[in-house]
Amino acid sequence: MISRFRKKRFASPVLLLLALVATGSTFSALSASAENTAQPTAASRTAQIEEGRQLFLKGCSSCHGLNAEGSDIAPSLIGVGAASVDFQVGTGRMPMADMSVQAMRKAPKYNAEETAALAAYVASLAPGPAIPTDEQLNYERDGSLAEGGELFRTNCAMCHNFAAQGGALTQGKYAPTLMGVEPVHIYEAMITGPQSMPVFSDKTLTPEEKLSIIKYIKNAEMEKPQGGMELGRVGPVSEGLFGWIFGIGLLIGVAVWLASKAR
Amino acid sequence: MSKELNPIENPGVPEHVHRQTDVDPKAEKRAERQVASLFMLSAISTVGFIYSYIWVDSNVYTFIPILGDMNVQQLLLGICMAGAFLFIGIGAIAWARQLMPDNEVIAHRHEFRSADEDRKEFVETVKTQAAAAGIGRRPLIKRTLGAALGLVGLGPILLLRDLGPLPGKELEKTSWKAGTRLVTDPGDRPIKASDLEVGAVVQTLPEVENPGERSLNDIAKDPVLLIRLRPEDFNLDDERLSWTYEGIIAFSKICSHMGCAVALYEQQTHHLLCPCHQSTFDVTRAAKVIFGPAARPLPQLAITVDSEGYLIAKQPFTEPVGPSFWERDSK
Repeated sequence: MISRFRKKRFASPVLLLLALVATGSTFSALSASAENTAQPTAASRTAQIEEGRQLFLKGCSSCHGLNAEGSDIAPSLIGVGAASVDFQVGTGRMPMADMSVQAMRKAPKYNAEETAALAAYVASLAPGPAIPTDEQLNYERDGSLAEGGELFRTNCAMCHNFAAQGGALTQGKYAPTLMGVEPVHIYEAMITGPQSMPVFSDKTLTPEEKLSIIKYIKNAEMEKPQGGMELGRVGPVSEGLFGWIFGIGLLIGVAVWLASKAR
Repeated sequence: MSKELNPIENPGVPEHVHRQTDVDPKAEKRAERQVASLFMLSAISTVGFIYSYIWVDSNVYTFIPILGDMNVQQLLLGICMAGAFLFIGIGAIAWARQLMPDNEVIAHRHEFRSADEDRKEFVETVKTQAAAAGIGRRPLIKRTLGAALGLVGLGPILLLRDLGPLPGKELEKTSWKAGTRLVTDPGDRPIKASDLEVGAVVQTLPEVENPGERSLNDIAKDPVLLIRLRPEDFNLDDERLSWTYEGIIAFSKICSHMGCAVALYEQQTHHLLCPCHQSTFDVTRAAKVIFGPAARPLPQLAITVDSEGYLIAKQPFTEPVGPSFWERDSK
């Protein structure tokens, strides 16, 4: 059967595609099942912390120190809490690819189980913000879209842009786009204040208000363009550039045509 | 050899070159059809515009390569309206270039003064007509008309009053008074010092009895940004240090350059950045300008806590907030 298909010239791309799909679905099935390991007993908790410690010693201690005490190039992780670890490792920001001005989002290096173990280890060092549970993250039920918009414009829009597309900071640092970010990671960023971002405490921006902000971001993400190209949804910069190049270019073309003599 | 220079002779108008459409009747017909079809295209576009406005569902999206998902109705409305205007323009240009006469014409300049006879006749006409209307004989009409015309001019002059009155001391005042509580914006909840972790920021407004009644003028001047740092990070003189509370420092959020909301706070560098012109303020040194066009630091609000532990203003701002203005005495 396979030998018959092998002669076809599209057999190898098809096989490659099948292999990729198979790898992907196996991976997602595995990581999904890993997420479902909930409600640990004391013993499994100790085992998880120990696993996290081993992972930490292998992968993180060269910068953050053998006891997570920090060093010249990396901050101490004592008291940063599980939420911070889940955000930094879960979005692929840690481990850093290079020592540039800012750790950027990339495919995570650790799977969900390993991330949970690392988070458990760091949380065991000193109390800190915990990872919000699914029940705490029901933004569809607990968030208000209108309030979220108002809060977003006052608290987030100056860095992350009015449509949550991200924007530039100083010296090559930037506020990343919020499109396609998991609600749990948005929530964790607000309570831990990763990198340049300030902390938004639960007392000054209540958990419900945080859910409203998440609801607004998710709504902005789903919103389809009503008319015309979005040009990155960054406002006058890209729109102006487009207008200057294509609009004025077209007008110059028409002016040249008008002034030329017909043959 | 003669070294005399001769002025260049006027070469005159170049010889007229006929266009294809001037000499070939077939080409002329073709050009006519071309122009007509361009105008027809415009008409069809307008019909398409009306059709898509009325009959195309406003909730349908379609995928267009490069552009991505597009709202069909808006896309059609845009394309049809552009076509409706564009094809009239292109048709008119094509018509003018190919079919309208293109003979070169010279329009000579001449004096602006009218002929002497015309001028004389005009003066005479005015005189006879004025006599016939009896302006000289009816002084009542002449004077009342003069009064009416003169008064009409007063109206517009009176409206110049709307350029004032001068703001007086209004620009130097904000709603902050000694003891005013800082409340979250939005939400209007008072804030305790313990509510802020190190690295936290809060957007605040002065507490008022009825938050719905804040005027836009107040909201434009009053916003304050609260930031909590480690107290050892401060690099302030004793007076300014006494204006902070347990590492919490408060600045006016209105940029001293052009009045934008300065709220891009970089937690690690303690820099506060204005999104409009990139003025950068160093929070640890009382918002000293370290980059950009701002000329003055952001005004700092002295804060402390009241008996219930809520953050309050210790005193009003000691300098006007926001951008410069004429009457500001810039210290």
